Amino acid sequence: MASDRVIPPPPTSPETQPFWEAAGQGKLLLKRCTGCGELHHYPRAICPFCGSDRTEWTEATGRATVYSFSVFRRTPTPYAIAYVTLAEGPTMMTNIVDCDLDAIRIGQPVRVVFKPTDGGPSVPMFSPV
Amino acid sequence: MSIKHKAYVAGVFEHPTRKADQQSLAQLHAESARGALEDAGLARADVDGYFCAGDAPGLGGLSMADYMGLRLRHIDTTETGGSSYVIHVAHAAEAIAAGKCNVALITLAGRPRAEGVATGTAPRNYGAAAPDVAFEFPFGPTVVNQYAMAAMRHMHEYGTTSAQLAWIKVAASHHAQHNPHALLRDVVTVEDVVGSPIIADPLHRLDCCVITDGGGAIIVTRPEIARSLKRPLVPVLGAGEAVKHQMGGKVDLTYTGARWSGPAAFAEAGVTPTDVKYVSIYDSFTITVLITLEDLGFCAKGQGGKFVADGALISGAGRLPFNTDGGGLCNNHPANRGGLTKVVEAVRQLRGEAHPRVQVRNCDVALAHGTGGSLGTRHGSATLIMGRQ
Repeated sequence: MASDRVIPPPPTSPETQPFWEAAGQGKLLLKRCTGCGELHHYPRAICPFCGSDRTEWTEATGRATVYSFSVFRRTPTPYAIAYVTLAEGPTMMTNIVDCDLDAIRIGQPVRVVFKPTDGGPSVPMFSPV
Repeated sequence: MSIKHKAYVAGVFEHPTRKADQQSLAQLHAESARGALEDAGLARADVDGYFCAGDAPGLGGLSMADYMGLRLRHIDTTETGGSSYVIHVAHAAEAIAAGKCNVALITLAGRPRAEGVATGTAPRNYGAAAPDVAFEFPFGPTVVNQYAMAAMRHMHEYGTTSAQLAWIKVAASHHAQHNPHALLRDVVTVEDVVGSPIIADPLHRLDCCVITDGGGAIIVTRPEIARSLKRPLVPVLGAGEAVKHQMGGKVDLTYTGARWSGPAAFAEAGVTPTDVKYVSIYDSFTITVLITLEDLGFCAKGQGGKFVADGALISGAGRLPFNTDGGGLCNNHPANRGGLTKVVEAVRQLRGEAHPRVQVRNCDVALAHGTGGSLGTRHGSATLIMGRQ
């Protein structure tokens, strides 16, 4: 299972610090642009859809479905990389964890879980509902 | 302004080595440059424009101009991964058309085998300042599992099968058997491919390209100079480039930037896919070829699996001969960047200098397409159409 893998810590920056602080409290944040109304991920200070700097943090429900995935086998601890599409719209890269890797399917409902990294903030992964 | 007929590919060279224990990286670039200049019948002193990408050592173009002793009035170090060199041909044609240089040299080299790099199977990290890294690297994105996600989604949406993907490798292997420099010369079957170990679902070991040391170089020049040389005339007809990415979270892995670079190149060249006699398609993985062929318009979106099956890409047997040198899948993928060798084999075909067993008859229009970066995240797409006079 992916949770057995040592997860490298994400490099953080002032631009993304609120995301990682929220992750430590079990919350998944997205960025919303108050200029055009679009949500985006990964989070940026500048909206990738309209270029506005009027972006703000908003909390996601953590519900998602699997968009695509691949179980990486050429490693002592196979793990599933995936893109999941959040209920709010954006699709994000993650791991599918705490499950039978051979049972993962595209379209499967999943929910966010936060997993510790090697000396850094926790990161959002997803497990089947 | 169009680049059509404004510049010609006058020299090409593919370094014969596949493992460079004894050569330095700069040396491989320079040996490749010598080969391409010799092929064109030009001298080093004729070069006044130089193009290289992220594989060049040190300060890139500066370090290599220093090493090779070049006197330049135009330099371009556009970096779009493995597609860079296809873009370089187009940019060289633009620079020549604008009068900025007369003889453009493009080089590529690398030695991932000699250096023992885990090219496709170690998570890639472009540095903490890359804005995506924090949101991707913790999840273990390797080259192969990113492309695998594109394959998985294509299978889900269109019913594409592993056996269909395998036909792409089978075709490449049929061509590689005739290339004495190819790393893998054994002809393989669909069963061999789907029976090889899974690296990242659904991609097998034989869905993946080779890892090789080596390099290559291309000379692009003005029409008057090209006509003064004793080589077949290969004009640049058209080119297109595009960058595709995650679109702020509106991820769609079913298509590539070829959807945009292809039509731009065809429009500039004034040809359509049915006019193209030969294609060099970037083949980091079998899925790369399948999706690219769809996006370039050789078949409808979702029909790539049916299009490539049953030997359709085998020269002499199929409807669209591809990668007749054996491609990245069997022959060579120097520096983990396959764009330059795609141009080289297309030029061989247009000159009638491919191996006789794979030479396409009456090859008067050829297309080379490069993909750099990752289909799973962000990539550069470059389409180049060349002709014969």
